[in-house]
Parts: sequence; C-alpha cells; structure tokens
Amino acid sequence: MKRWTKQMTRIAGLITVGALVAACGAGGRPSSGSSSDTAAAEVGITKDTVTVGATFPLTGVAAPGYSEIPTGAQAYFDYVNANGGVNGRKIKYIVRDDGYNPTTTSEVTNELVLKDQVFAMLGALGTPTHSAVVDFLNSEKVPDLFVSSGSIQWGNDPKAKPYTFGWQPDYEIEGKIIGQWVAKNMPDAKVGLFLQDDDLGVDSEKGVRRYIDKQIVKVAKYTSGNTDVAPQIAALKASGADLVLGFNVPAYTALSQLVAMKLNYKPKWFYANIGSDPELIGSLLSKFSEGAVGKVNPLDGVLTTEYIPGVDATDNAWVQLWQKVWDKHGKDGHLTNYRIYGMSEAYAFVQALQAAGKNPTRKGIVDAVEKMGNDAGPPLAPFRYSADSHLGISGMRVVQLKGLVADPLTPVLVTDLGAAPIKEDDSAAKDGPPASGIPEVKPAG
Amino acid sequence: MSRVAFGSLIGHLRRTPLRRNLIGGLIGLVVVILVLESVSPFRQGQFATMAYLGIAVGGLTVLTGLNGQLSLGHGALMAVGAYTAALMLHDVDKPLPLPVVMLLSVLVTVVVGAVVGVAAARLHGPYIAGATLALAVAMPGIASFFGDNLGGEQGLSVSTPEAPGWFADAVYFLTAHDVTGTKYLAYVGWIGLIISFVLLANLSASRVGRTWRAVRDDEAAAELAGINVGRARVKAFVVSAACAGLAGGVMAMVVRIAAPSGFPLTLSLSLLTAVVLGGLGSLFGALIGAALLTFLPQAVTGLGQSLGLGDLQSAQLAPLVYGLTLVLVILLAPAGLVGTIRNAWRRRQSPDTAPIHPQQEAMQ
Repeated sequence: MKRWTKQMTRIAGLITVGALVAACGAGGRPSSGSSSDTAAAEVGITKDTVTVGATFPLTGVAAPGYSEIPTGAQAYFDYVNANGGVNGRKIKYIVRDDGYNPTTTSEVTNELVLKDQVFAMLGALGTPTHSAVVDFLNSEKVPDLFVSSGSIQWGNDPKAKPYTFGWQPDYEIEGKIIGQWVAKNMPDAKVGLFLQDDDLGVDSEKGVRRYIDKQIVKVAKYTSGNTDVAPQIAALKASGADLVLGFNVPAYTALSQLVAMKLNYKPKWFYANIGSDPELIGSLLSKFSEGAVGKVNPLDGVLTTEYIPGVDATDNAWVQLWQKVWDKHGKDGHLTNYRIYGMSEAYAFVQALQAAGKNPTRKGIVDAVEKMGNDAGPPLAPFRYSADSHLGISGMRVVQLKGLVADPLTPVLVTDLGAAPIKEDDSAAKDGPPASGIPEVKPAG
Repeated sequence: MSRVAFGSLIGHLRRTPLRRNLIGGLIGLVVVILVLESVSPFRQGQFATMAYLGIAVGGLTVLTGLNGQLSLGHGALMAVGAYTAALMLHDVDKPLPLPVVMLLSVLVTVVVGAVVGVAAARLHGPYIAGATLALAVAMPGIASFFGDNLGGEQGLSVSTPEAPGWFADAVYFLTAHDVTGTKYLAYVGWIGLIISFVLLANLSASRVGRTWRAVRDDEAAAELAGINVGRARVKAFVVSAACAGLAGGVMAMVVRIAAPSGFPLTLSLSLLTAVVLGGLGSLFGALIGAALLTFLPQAVTGLGQSLGLGDLQSAQLAPLVYGLTLVLVILLAPAGLVGTIRNAWRRRQSPDTAPIHPQQEAMQ
C-alpha cells in the first residue's frame, strides 16, 4: 500500500509539473487590444444551407398535440427546399426533444447553439422551458424567433431580450378580446374563471377583468401536473357561474369537461385558443374516460378564438396550401391544426429570411423581423413587431365550434397590451399565399 | 521542531486517508483543468451537468452504499438547494459571492435533510423509500403553493454569475484561455465535486464511516458495540442531503432556472440508477453513473439521427438504451461497473480470497 502511494505521489507530481510547464506559456494577458469582431461567415449559414434549431416536447405528458408542430414545420421546409430553398440555400431544421423539462431544454439548447451551430432558433415551445434558455440565447446573440407560447415576456421588453420574438397573440390581449365579447354579448352572465396557475392564467385574468370585472363570481385555479380538477369545477358550480372561461392547456379542457359531466354541471364554456383544439380534445376525452365518452364531440357549441385558419376551413387558400404541402411532404398522419401552426411559423421564418437579404446575418434577421408587419401571411391579424415591441400576432376572432368546424362570430379583433383599444381589422385575414406557396418578400432596406 | 519529528510527521501524513484523498483530489483537479480546457463549449456544458449529477449521486451512494438507507427523494433535496440558490441569484443586481450562495444552499438543505432524516431514522428499508418518495412527490406542490415567492409553475430564472476577475486571471495564467460563462460553471461544479468527494472519502474512512457500515451490516451488533444507531442514520442522511443541496445549487446555475417541472420524480429515480450503474458505495462509480446519465442520452439521440431515424424515434431511443444498459449491468455486473471490475481485479491479485462484498471497502 505504501509503495503504491509513493508511486501515485510521483505520478501526481509529474502530471502537475507537466501541466504547469505546458501551460505557463500564457503567463499574463497580451496588452494590445485585439479586435474580435472579424466579419467572418455567419454562424449556421453556408453557401447552400441555413441551419435552424427548435426544442419541442416530443415525449412525455405535453407531447400529444405539441409534438405535431415540428412535423408541420419540417414538411413546409421540405417543400421550400424542393423548390430551390431561400436564395439558393436549403433550410436544415433540427428538432430536439425536451420532454417539457426545463433542465433538458437547457441541455439540448446548448447542443443546438454550441454543437450544431444553428443560425437561429424557431418556435421553441413552452413558458417554463423557454425561460430557462432565453437569457442564454440573447447573450449568445442567437435570433430566438417565434416562441411557441403566449407569455408576454418574449416581447414586452426588447431592450432586455433583443433577439427574442413572440408568435401567437399573448394571453393578455386574448383575455381582453374575450372579456369585451362577453361584456357585449352576455352582459348578464355570471362568469367563472378556470385558470392555469402561471402566466397563462395571470395574464388572461388581467385582460378579462378590464371588461367584466363585476361579472366574475368565482376564480378557480389549477396547477398543471395535478390531474384532479374536481374541487375547482365543484367550486365553480357552487358559485352559480353560468359561463366558464377556461384559460388552460388541452389536457385540462378534457379533464374539466369530464368532471363537469360527472357533476352534472352545464354552464356555457368558453375556452381560450390554446386549449380548444376539438380533434385533440376528442381523442384525449375518449382516452381519459377509457372509451366512455365516445365519438360525440363534447366541444360542440363551445366558444373559443382563432388567429390562424384551421383545418376545418377547407376553402381557405392558406389551408389549401398546407394540405398540398402535407400531401407531398408530410410523414405519418394527416393535417392537423398543430401541423398548420408549425407550417405558419415556418412560413414566417422564410419571410424573415428573405427580408434579411442575400447574405443574412443574425443581427440582420432581427432587424428584418422588426420591420415585418403587413406582409401577407397565414395569421388573421398583423404582427406587432417593431423596435419597441417583439410581441407577435395582434389579434384573433371569436368563433363557436359546430362539430369540428369553427363558425366566426366576430370579425378579426386586434389590440395590444394594457389600455390599447380593441379594433376590427380584417385586412390580414383576406390575403392568400402566392401561387408558388413560397413567400416573395423583398430584402428590407 | 526537530528534523526527526518533522520527518515522522510527513511519514504519518502519508499513511493517513486524508493525505491520500487530498492527493487524489489534486490529481482530479489537474485532470479537470486539462479536460475542460481541451473540449468544446458544448462539452463544457455537459461536464457542468455531469458535475452536479456526480455530487448528488456521490451523496446518495454514501447514504445507500455505506448506511443502507434507500432514498427516493434526493431530487426534492436538490430542488431545495436549487431554489435557495435561485432566490439569491434571481433578479438581483449585486449577488452574493458564489461560495456564500453555495454554502447557504447546502445549509438550507441540511436543515431540511435533518428533519427528513430524523423521520427516516425511525423507518426501515422500503418504508424509508416510501417516506422519501412522498417528499419527491410533494416538492412541486410546495413550489406552486408558495407561488408568489417561488415563482409557481414557471419557477425562478437564475442569472448566470460571472467569473470573478481573480479566477479568470488565474485560469488565464495557467491555460492561456479566457473563461466563458459555461466554462466557469463547469469549473465551479467540478471544484464543488472534488471538495465534496474528498470530504466524503475522508468521512467514510473515519470512525463515522465505520459506524455507518456497522449499522448497515447488523443493527443489533452495532447497538451492542455502543453505537447510537438512530444518530448514525440521521448523520448519514444529513451528509447526503448536504451533497444534494450543493448539487442543486450548481444545477440552478447550469440550467439557469429552478422550476417544479425540472424536478420530476424521474430525477430522483435516475440518481438511484446512476448509483446502481456505477456500483453501490463507490464514489468513482458515482462519477461513472453521472457520466452515463449525462452523455448517454445525447449520444444515443445523435446516433439515432445520424442513422436516419426521425426526431421522435431518436428521442425515444435514449430512454430505451439507458434502460437496456441498466438491465445489462444488473445481469452481467451485479456489483455495478466499478464494483465488478474491482472484484475481478482482486480475484486476479489473490485468487484464494472470496470476492469481497461489493459495498465494503468500496470507498477507498
């Protein structure tokens, strides 16, 4: 034992000395200030490729629905690549699974940025997950485009997060639009709120209360992960609420419907867009109830909102384009609203890339997105992007589900945070895609 | 002091585990510097992850391997450490010095660990596992319940601390490389790991470690020998919790957020699988286990993608391969990777002696 220790001591000494000698070349810092900003080729861009990264929950509890978004985006990029790409560059789209766990998001985002060397992030999903990486992406100056979450934190402070851009209408303006609609059309309703206890619930409640503060009789909050919502629904029932506004994710739409059926509670339901995909809710319901709730669509007659045309609008030019793209480049399954969501983000990315010019840079695409507003695109309302706001789509319309079809009840309503008024604006809803199906945006000057 | 006395002091020191462990720690530090300076920033990030997992697995392997207590709640203890660090590093202009933050993470977790440990000391075997499991399940609820202070579902974001000037200069002096944020965190993690492993190895070779083993092997005999069994168990739990707290503190900085969804039940379980993979009670095994937890999923996903599998299939491949590895290790190397190799080595050295119990002596 003693000899072994002695040997190890010698080896340790040798290694230490060796390391010190090998390293001592540095000693002090060079005194001359070396300029580091050599304008080399931009990260993630080559003569014929642009590499884009994304993180999505492909596995785990959040995977149903959300895992379809990147398949839609991939199909659209395949379509663009098959037609020559953008300025001769093919788009390489790398998706990594984070299982909706921020720890994993952090790891895979490191991988995308540091190892895969992506040019930009596109559509990374989730509020807690993306919070873990937003500072990192901004400090590394990676464009963080179109975050798939309605939290206002992606866009309300561009000075702190200059590289991050939101995508969908944020929860606060959705709350405002829903609140105003209720105040106008159901002024006598006793309103109960069913809220997810995070930005989704908090921001929406703020928006709703701006219009119907006095009508609200009960607020019930759930924490995601706890699947027992019976106490919340029972409390809503006991309060006598006859209109329930649900700001929740899809699984909780299904759970709240199941519990309400059990309690024989039949208010009018109004779900926010995020939790109202009828196809997904239907499949979740039959899964949760182990087949007891079958083919009948429980969301028939439910109110909700929409900001991009969905699969039900088969005569819409955008949906026809998505169908064409999916038939040609889609993998398994059929076109769903989640895939359309992914394709719309991909379409907006191609617009941004074109606007960034022939030799796009990270800074260049950020500047280009800030000028993106009224270019024809799939969203029903224009973007709000500017140097002062990186918030996404500015509005939506209220619809009623009839079977799987969304029947518009209002024109497109657009607004902004805080006291900004709600206006009708159908301008962006009437456009259609160019014949090629690929945007034709001129470089932003 | 006379020369003879000095010489004998050196001789004495060389024979003690403290000396051995300190030398081991120094070698470890040199290796860490060499490795961190030669790998890409992405790998540095992975090494930072490996460091915090290693610290937590090290603490757990001491608890389970040396003292025989099975904890399924170490993920929750990491969460305590992570939230403590996050509260001090969330939206503050002038954060406390990092060692202070780490120390406070450890202290708070020690307090929680002591409370849980006292309860666990009254229980045996699967019941401890059950009690600690409850802790792991309750943890996300606590964060949501005190949502105003702990950020609820979204958690607390952590601003990555910058490397202090003297540290950057020291690293630059030695290696001629600047310290980036990721590299700094990797250094912080590995220095924490080396310190905690030296302390753990020392503790295990000391009287305390012997009492822990005695309690594990035969409670009645240990009690007859004058060991306070309950106290020994609480002590082991507290030490293990301290490691989990430090691991959580480092984790909060590496992940840049402390959120309930970051501490699912699977975190506690994967720490335990790392202990089993490496070999019960072995600190080196803990490192191997942490390395597998860190590198295997990413490597397998990458392999799946380069083989032309879709994103979803590649993502599903990682847990599958990890599970298969675990099954294979348990079938082929029941004492864990390090334990089995060590046993084989011993058999070659002296074929007559029976293989030593995997848990014994593993800490050297």
